[in-house]
Amino acid sequence: MASFKPTKIQVYPKLGEKVTQDTLYWKNYKAPVQIKEFGAVTSIDFSPVTPHNFAVTAFTRIHIYGPFSQEPVKSFTRFKDTAYCGRFRSDGQLLVAGCEDSVVRLFDVSGKVALRLFKGHTKAVHLTDFTSDRYQILTGSDDYTCRLWDIPNATELTTYREHTDYIRCGVTSKLNRDLFITGSYDHTVKLFDARVEKSVITMDHGQPVESVLLYPSEGLLVSAGGRHVKVWDLLKGGQPLVSLKNHHKTVTSLALSSNGQRLLSASLDRHVKVYSTTNYKVVHNFDYAASILSLALAPDDESIVVGMTNSILSIKHRKNQEDSKEIAGQQRRRPSYRVFVKGKNYVPKQDDYLVSKPVKEHLAKYDKQLRRFNVSKALDTALETWIRFRKPEITMAVIKELDRRGTLKNALAGRDERGLSQLLNFLIGNFVDARFTPVLVTAAEMILDIYQSIIGQSPLVDRQLLRLQDLVEKELDYQKELLEVLGMLDTMFASSLPRKEVPCSGIGKLE
Amino acid sequence: MVEHGDIRVVHCGGSKLNFRDPVITHDSRFLLCASGEAVKVFSTSTEECIHELRGHTGLVTGVLLRPSNHLQVYSSSLDGTVRLWDFTDGILIKTCVIGYPIYSFYASAKHENIFVFAERFQLVAVHLPQSGDQLVEARELSAVLSGVNPNPAAIAFGRGGEFIASVNDLQLEVYFFKKQKSYRFFLKEDNKKGGWNTFTCVACHPKDDCIATGHEDGKIRLWRNFNHKKEYTYSTLHWHHSAVSSLCFTPEGTNLLSGGVESVLIQWRYKQESERDFLPRLGAAITHITVSPDGSLFCTSHSDNKITIIQSCVKVSAVIQGLVKGDSIRTDLMMDPRSKALVLNGKPGHLQFYSLQRDKLLYNLDIVQQEYIHESGLQQFEVVKAAFDASGLWLATVEERHQKAAELELNLKLWAFDEQTQSFVLNTTISAPHDAQITAMSFRQTADSQTTLLVSTSKDGHFKAWQLAAPAHTEDYIQSVNCPSWLCDFVGAYHGLVPECCSFSADGSLLAVAFQEVVTVWSPATWELTFFFFSPPSISDLCFGRLSCSKYLLGTTASNLLCCWNLLTCSCKTSPCIKVLSTQNFFCDSLNRFISLFLSFLLSVFVFKPSEPRPLFSRKAVCSGKVTQAVFAPREEMLESCEESSQWLNRSQLYFLTQQMDLMTFTTKAEEDRLLASSKQLVIDDSVAMTPFYLLLGKHRQQQQEHRDSDSSLWAERTALPQTSASIKELLQTPAHVLPSTSYLCSMFVQSLLISVSDARSAHAEEEMESEKEEEDSEEEMESSRSKPELVAAATESDAPALTKAQARELRRVRKLDHSWLAGLLDS
Repeated sequence: MASFKPTKIQVYPKLGEKVTQDTLYWKNYKAPVQIKEFGAVTSIDFSPVTPHNFAVTAFTRIHIYGPFSQEPVKSFTRFKDTAYCGRFRSDGQLLVAGCEDSVVRLFDVSGKVALRLFKGHTKAVHLTDFTSDRYQILTGSDDYTCRLWDIPNATELTTYREHTDYIRCGVTSKLNRDLFITGSYDHTVKLFDARVEKSVITMDHGQPVESVLLYPSEGLLVSAGGRHVKVWDLLKGGQPLVSLKNHHKTVTSLALSSNGQRLLSASLDRHVKVYSTTNYKVVHNFDYAASILSLALAPDDESIVVGMTNSILSIKHRKNQEDSKEIAGQQRRRPSYRVFVKGKNYVPKQDDYLVSKPVKEHLAKYDKQLRRFNVSKALDTALETWIRFRKPEITMAVIKELDRRGTLKNALAGRDERGLSQLLNFLIGNFVDARFTPVLVTAAEMILDIYQSIIGQSPLVDRQLLRLQDLVEKELDYQKELLEVLGMLDTMFASSLPRKEVPCSGIGKLE
Repeated sequence: MVEHGDIRVVHCGGSKLNFRDPVITHDSRFLLCASGEAVKVFSTSTEECIHELRGHTGLVTGVLLRPSNHLQVYSSSLDGTVRLWDFTDGILIKTCVIGYPIYSFYASAKHENIFVFAERFQLVAVHLPQSGDQLVEARELSAVLSGVNPNPAAIAFGRGGEFIASVNDLQLEVYFFKKQKSYRFFLKEDNKKGGWNTFTCVACHPKDDCIATGHEDGKIRLWRNFNHKKEYTYSTLHWHHSAVSSLCFTPEGTNLLSGGVESVLIQWRYKQESERDFLPRLGAAITHITVSPDGSLFCTSHSDNKITIIQSCVKVSAVIQGLVKGDSIRTDLMMDPRSKALVLNGKPGHLQFYSLQRDKLLYNLDIVQQEYIHESGLQQFEVVKAAFDASGLWLATVEERHQKAAELELNLKLWAFDEQTQSFVLNTTISAPHDAQITAMSFRQTADSQTTLLVSTSKDGHFKAWQLAAPAHTEDYIQSVNCPSWLCDFVGAYHGLVPECCSFSADGSLLAVAFQEVVTVWSPATWELTFFFFSPPSISDLCFGRLSCSKYLLGTTASNLLCCWNLLTCSCKTSPCIKVLSTQNFFCDSLNRFISLFLSFLLSVFVFKPSEPRPLFSRKAVCSGKVTQAVFAPREEMLESCEESSQWLNRSQLYFLTQQMDLMTFTTKAEEDRLLASSKQLVIDDSVAMTPFYLLLGKHRQQQQEHRDSDSSLWAERTALPQTSASIKELLQTPAHVLPSTSYLCSMFVQSLLISVSDARSAHAEEEMESEKEEEDSEEEMESSRSKPELVAAATESDAPALTKAQARELRRVRKLDHSWLAGLLDS
């Protein structure tokens, strides 16, 4: 006697992105912590020293958050106007920030009042940074100039006036105290050397430059502006390496993951894209609720912090191994498991006489009903809300099985308004899915046959039937258009294909 | 040794087991069933076939235990004879010639006669003469009933033979032997609900006056009080939804068993009919139900050529499965390259693997993997195509379901051979691989299995190449399953014509696809069309030559031509094109260079070499009925035949399947002789259960047999002395607890070695008396301890010298003497 063979659930190929190492890595973050700031978050910078606090510049304030706190550890509020570009020094002791009022302020991280004020710019300062020797500050301003300042006596050292538009971004070299790079709205990225009077390399980005980033080795430079992200080889004198165009709005921020293998770009189109730095292919994509202005990654990718135009700061922390272990441990402590396993792991000894118990095979609920030929009940089970929405392929498999048994009509018939509307809901939801259409067409025809007499009695069912009709008409038009396109493509391919001679022989002289 | 190339057609298995109801013996150890022209004796515990009772020259139509002797069995046949057999030893005892073809027959303990259903729808009583002759003629015939149903289930004896009940159409007829009177009961043509009242089967209660009848609409009626014309009553039981095909009461009459198309065995409690036991999912429609005389075993025959043995607690205990006859063999016959088994459609949705050597079903591979609904008129999935690759590692199957309203459902499945389970495991399922039916499938036949390629052609005008996608990007992607799967590699078409068949060349470098009348040849490496041939009528089959003939491409056309193209010169070789009447089938030998051809109307077979236009072998009217399929099966060992006409049988054998699902093959005479000899040697008692001990001894025995074969001359010498072997047998067949101690025997053998007496004249009387005694005491132990003594006999015979009769006598005398002193002597 053979056992009942359960209904085969067709496995459909997963559409959409494939599961890769990257998706697993970037999905391994907890649900984001969202913090409302006072205005659009323009800049986020992580402190280079542990515990890796980060400074968030939003409106007229700079907040410093600890790695796990949701409340700011510290805030700097002594700005007269909108603050820009709060950055830590490499020892994490000092913080510099520009301001709309053209004054650059230097803070002690533990203090409250500005240690130094650098006055000299005539317009808003959007770029501030420390040089690698820790004694100088680089600033870039909307007055088209960028300057180097001495920290101890707050004096201006050099002024560069090479840009012809606002300077909005820049970065100093971590390896050389004299090198720094600025990006400007005049579409250029310039590399300056403090030992000479003017820029050393000029690269044309093609769009207003919003963000620049240096690789840890400082051989490669990444610039973002407009919809493009471009990579330049500095060692070859600023030769363009790659141009990436994966966003459909302006790219506002760039970041490198800690091991330098992945490059992240954030854009006004609300996406953060992750590129592999070996082939510059997009390997992952994050979606956010609003346009993104700033993005930063904690060392070792412990958290991803994103600031958006709607003044929300989103912090995602990485799930750590201990957490998951803890959960597993909790599961092991459950008593029910031991109850289930009890006696099952007993290994019979040599002389033991084994009395085997028939193994009770587990069948899904709809299979149990199918085994008893309870067709209507099986369909009801398969149409339960959870299955219907989460696993439509199960519902499909049951409908298919009923059709194969020739009892689909019996199963569909005899339903009340609620049951029928449930059925129609499922039809409307899945009718145009190419994988399901062949079976659902038969089912839909049967439903119309069975229930045509009750049309007009229930407004709910009538509405759903109209929706179904609408859906079918739309789908027909769509298919027609597709066929037209296919026809056009065919003619194009046929005309472009080279003609080839095939040796022909053996014309049958058969007798 | 020169062999004569006398090629003949022999039957080699695959007959029906479910033609008539089987019989279980009184001790419930054996099951007898009619199978083709023989009666097969199966063991109910091991499912093995123990004997084949051969002798009938026509289809066997019935098997019955002899009511007066439960160790003997009657069998009837269409050749007009009833034969009496001893089924434990497989010996024909008596043949009784009746003279008319017998369609079914019945017997009852109360009657001397047996009842025979003969021509003209008559039931005839036949008196079998009680003479000791081997061949007797029965001439005393008397008609009992007329107008009976030819279905054997439609007649039954009641109350140990007091009356006989027969159903036909809408009429139940009960004939009482004592009163010599018959009563007839009629049912109305139609019920209210359009039910179908026709009787299908009948069974009588063994103790009670009750007749159970089965009906076309699934009802069972229990008739009582039927010895009155008017006052009869009946009650109705209804569970079956289609015709009841078999009914049976248990010997005590406590239960009624019924079965039908639903393949559910139902046990009704007699007089408490609301209580039922079910045994569902028996596999196929039940055709017959029988119960063993002691009621401990039930057995059901099924339409898929299967007999299921069921314990009375409604639990399946054994399954005897023959070659399954599907509705149609759409996959053709194939050989599994690994197990050398014949593969074809079996049960619905299954492929069966059938061992040709052992004439036994190896296993069924479930292709469709769906619950089979036993209901007539349902469109089920059918396996329509299957193909093996050269190494037997991959199996491709196509299943389809064609519904009237909906479109065609097609699935292409690829199965990988799993070394651990020794079976095929599903690797890839491709649903809807083509838009229309698949016409042909072929694997690339290369030795290196690294780049396996499958080509399928379809009526949608395309052929597709499927390739095993190597798991190259596991580094990048984490796949849900790590094993590689099959993907479509190439889609080809040729001017919108429909491809009919495809074939790969022997080295896998060329693919030939026939598009109606155009044969295109592609190179699978680049998927370029290299050249094409044109032959006006459309090509129906295509094949590349093998080995030395690999330069030839052969095809059969719709206009009955066999064409052969030479691929080197790109020309149609006109010489091998012979005009034949109707080329129905055409089969290619994978090992040899030979092609065989079956002509359906003429029923003849031709065997060609591709290089020669003249057929190597031809035979007309190979069997009665149409030959639908044939296959070349490679031989395990090569034959050495010098004769040219039988050379094609050297390396492989041609098997073909008749419409009755009998497997036939061509053999040479020499081979047949050899087979016969080997089958004689292999007569062992299979009734012994398969215990580890048995396996151990069995192996030992086989080795001995081989040993014996090797020095056959010595063996022949020994068999020439029957007396000695008899005496030793006598000695050895005496049970161990009766035998004297081993020291006795030892001394006895020593004595026999020392004294050399050549007394040829011996006392016959004593010998006979002794042999009688031997029979007496060995009869009981024979069955249980047969294999063991024989084994010992073989062992001792090989190292002990032959004993003369005088020695044996001496031996017996010695046995009776007190030799304890000698034992003590030997010990010291």
